[in-house]
Amino acid sequence: MAQGPSLRAGVGADGDLLSAEGDWTAAHAADLDRLAHAAPPHVRKLTISLEGVGRLDTFGVWALERLRRSVVEAGAQAQLAIPQDARADLFAGVDKALARPSGQTGRRDRWGTLLHRLGRSAEAFAVDFAAFLDLTGRLTFCFAQGLRHPARLRLRSAVHHLDRTGLRAVPIIALMCFLIGCILAQQGFFHFQRFGATDYVVDLVTILVLREIGVLLVTIMVAGRSGSAYTAEIGSMKMREEIDALRTMGLDPVEYLILPRILALIVAAPLLTIIGNGAALYGAGVVAWIYGDMSPAVYIERLHEAASHIDLEVGLIKAPVMAFVIGAVAALEGMKVQGSAESLGLGATASVVRSIFFVIVLDGIFAVLFAAMGM
Amino acid sequence: MEADEVITVSDLHVTLAGHEVVRGLSFQVRRGEIVGLVGASGSGKTVLLRTMLGLLPKTSGTVEIMGVRLEQATPAESRRIGGRCGMMFQQGALFSSLTLRENVEFPMREYLDGSDAMYGDVALAKLAMVGLSVEDADKLPSEISGGMTKRVAIARALALDPDILFLDEPTSGLDPIAAGEIDRLIRTLQRVLNLTVFMVTHDLNSLKSVCTRILALYDGRIIAQGPMQDILAFDHPWLRAYFRGERGRAAQLA
Repeated sequence: MAQGPSLRAGVGADGDLLSAEGDWTAAHAADLDRLAHAAPPHVRKLTISLEGVGRLDTFGVWALERLRRSVVEAGAQAQLAIPQDARADLFAGVDKALARPSGQTGRRDRWGTLLHRLGRSAEAFAVDFAAFLDLTGRLTFCFAQGLRHPARLRLRSAVHHLDRTGLRAVPIIALMCFLIGCILAQQGFFHFQRFGATDYVVDLVTILVLREIGVLLVTIMVAGRSGSAYTAEIGSMKMREEIDALRTMGLDPVEYLILPRILALIVAAPLLTIIGNGAALYGAGVVAWIYGDMSPAVYIERLHEAASHIDLEVGLIKAPVMAFVIGAVAALEGMKVQGSAESLGLGATASVVRSIFFVIVLDGIFAVLFAAMGM
Repeated sequence: MEADEVITVSDLHVTLAGHEVVRGLSFQVRRGEIVGLVGASGSGKTVLLRTMLGLLPKTSGTVEIMGVRLEQATPAESRRIGGRCGMMFQQGALFSSLTLRENVEFPMREYLDGSDAMYGDVALAKLAMVGLSVEDADKLPSEISGGMTKRVAIARALALDPDILFLDEPTSGLDPIAAGEIDRLIRTLQRVLNLTVFMVTHDLNSLKSVCTRILALYDGRIIAQGPMQDILAFDHPWLRAYFRGERGRAAQLA
């Protein structure tokens, strides 16, 4: 018969007696928890008898041991009549767990003070920056060697990644840039109408798209699409010791895994930027025609006047540099992944957030540089 | 009282990727038995185990665990069964973002209604039983060795003091001392909790010292079953090679 656990108080031959009865098993966890703290007050000498116990498992043993210990801690004597059969092993295991020094019950303090955290993040930043420089050096070295021995450039792998990060990104990037071009033009016509300056909408759209919006949209999309994928791939290879396997074969993971991916990104980013620019200007033209009453012929003529090759160059020069940073950040975050699924997720998030941040920072630096150069 | 047969498999067929891996298996496991499943690599042992747990779809046949057919079980029934079965996966399958103690506490938190102190203490007791020290309990799965991962996986499978324990190669990759401890632990728990154990193993020592019955799987069918001496007496080329090869003889001498 299944029957919940209970304690019956009585008087034994030698002091007080508690008889445990019923099933002391996990199914009655709440009762066990209550009984574990149900030590009778004012006892001097207590014996806990197990004769009436039906089924007994680790949870039951825990409750009995806790009960005994609470009596002992109150300064009285207590003993447990441990059955001399296989069940004694359960008592031994629980005894070991309960006998641990009390200082070690708490979890390690993972967070520490604010100052501690500030110092840690500064240190982490320095370590990350050093790792970035280190990777840049390795990549340059591998690339230089690859120029002398083209087989070591792993072009087949690079082309595979070019297909994934470049060709397959074309539809989404074209669509996104087309929409942004439409929106820019619509906003331009709407607001410039008040000043009668709709003639300048084309100048606005052209310069914005060619210099800034096109390349930014493309690189942000690439960071979200390909950077996160690179981090996840390299991170899971790290978790499964595949990278260690490469190393023990005497092969360099930078040459095999990272350089082809980054080369693919560096080639893909300017090409995608050109496609994105075209799509955005096309979208702007469609809006100019439908919404701004500007015929396509006029739009194209204005475009010719507004756009210079310098604007295009400004955008295209930025693309490969940003692509390099995205690829390098993705690879570094991937290599930092430890054993857990959580750290893989953190790595992928950090990869996207950091590379987008660096893309924007770089864009600012380029803006200053180009202004100084008069471009 | 519940039926004596805790696991009933009848005429089970499983086809994976067009290949019939399990071809008409029938067997029963009674309460309190420790059944060892042997078979060559690729003979369908793990597939059988995963099908019994409902992790792989079966083509035909039935699997009953504690009188409940898994495919017909209501959510409440499958939850009840889940609380009374413990499974240890070959690679451990520990939750990588939880500490070892949290891994063992996890099923308790889901199924029981006790207190945190209880879960913590019992989890430590389980870890102590499989031979881990208290200091190890707050480590993460990525920080421990392969042998320790096995032990923690067994501790987690035992978290709820289940009725049925499924083990996928519990002693592979362990040193002989640790493997012996695991064998002893399985025997002890079987006696104390009247546990039913269904284990896939290649460890001839475990088969000999722990298992009360052995099922030999060959080419998707059971070719022999019974206690060790019956299996040894059975005449089949593969079984002869398995048990009476060099390693088999060495284990029997031990």
